[in-house]
Amino acid sequence: MVEPLLLFDALLGLAIAALAVAVLTVHDRFAMIVLFIVFGLMSALAWVRLSAPDVALAEAAIGTGLTGALLLTTLHHIRAAPAAPVPVPGGVVVANLGLCALIFGGLAFAFLLTPLQAPGLAPAVAQNMAASGVGHPVTAVLLNFRAYDTLMEVVVLLAAIVAVWMVERGTVQAPAPVLGEIYRGFSRLALPAIVVIGSYLLWVGAQAPGGAFQGGAVLAAVGLLLLLGRLYRPQPAHRPFARAGFVLGTAVFAGVALLVAGGGRLPFEYPAAHAKTLILLIEGMVTISIAVTLAALFHGREPEAVPVSEKSE
Amino acid sequence: MADLAANLATLLLTALGLLFFVAGTVGLIRFPDTFSRLHALTKADNLGLGFIALGVAFQAESWAQVARIALIWALALLAAGAVAQLVARAALARREAP
Repeated sequence: MVEPLLLFDALLGLAIAALAVAVLTVHDRFAMIVLFIVFGLMSALAWVRLSAPDVALAEAAIGTGLTGALLLTTLHHIRAAPAAPVPVPGGVVVANLGLCALIFGGLAFAFLLTPLQAPGLAPAVAQNMAASGVGHPVTAVLLNFRAYDTLMEVVVLLAAIVAVWMVERGTVQAPAPVLGEIYRGFSRLALPAIVVIGSYLLWVGAQAPGGAFQGGAVLAAVGLLLLLGRLYRPQPAHRPFARAGFVLGTAVFAGVALLVAGGGRLPFEYPAAHAKTLILLIEGMVTISIAVTLAALFHGREPEAVPVSEKSE
Repeated sequence: MADLAANLATLLLTALGLLFFVAGTVGLIRFPDTFSRLHALTKADNLGLGFIALGVAFQAESWAQVARIALIWALALLAAGAVAQLVARAALARREAP
């Protein structure tokens, strides 16, 4: 008996590979980004077919939606200040090829060495679900059993926004495009819906696919809509709030770990009675941080004092 | 019996939806300029997604799931309409600029 969806899976795999080749070979930078977004959507579909809806949601929200927005806004700024294209030195190409080959080799090695039909760590997770404080295995792994890894991911985002604010200091910003009345009406209708959906994704993460990263990415879209429609303009006076937003998730996450460790336990060995509360607290704060950081990454540089001429716009 | 009817409805409606998607895609490829392409794409895709959402709704286990499918369709409709207008606006600006 042939799996009825085998043909679909094969076509999907081929389409993803073909899109990857197309992204790398097409010459127009805009087409490149659009193809990358399509590639991300197809990958999300592939994750659904692999029964990994959590990864699919993250791929669609962060890997495709927000990364696509970041690439498009970068293209907008590059177009505003056209610079002569710098030829890539041959040594860099060779080094990149070598590194890619290393990663590919490592992945192939790991894939070939993985025993087929092995249970993996799933039974161990299933056994300890009752002690985790949540009902969804993926959230239990991310926020409890392997919480240290997730803390590091939050730190990576924090490092990214610190780097962007430092690097972009003093660069010329292209004026934002004027999007018109229809767009404004759309954002007014869409904003409340996005807020509800983002919060829902965070809340449902305890029981079903969803969680801080997916919810945070969706909430970051609120920031994008506000920035694009100029409904919110970042001011220098808002910098302390932005900084507080960036650090909030990392601070609460590390703070909980330290407090738990102070009670004579391991850093992420939450007391069973408070596990759900602590996980929800961490997830809530991390969601806020992710949303603020991603929206700030989209805006790019740190808000600076606006020249007088622009103020009277 | 009810199951059979629901499955039949799903098959018919999703097939109809796919037909609209195919028509929209053909229009996207064959039509000469941005505006007529947008016309083909938005009309066909909105109807196509509507029929597919309706078809999938027959497989839902609860009214809450039906409501979520309806919300997805409404949001996609809203986004598609707004994006079509933005693309048309950009195309119009480019046509007048040079």
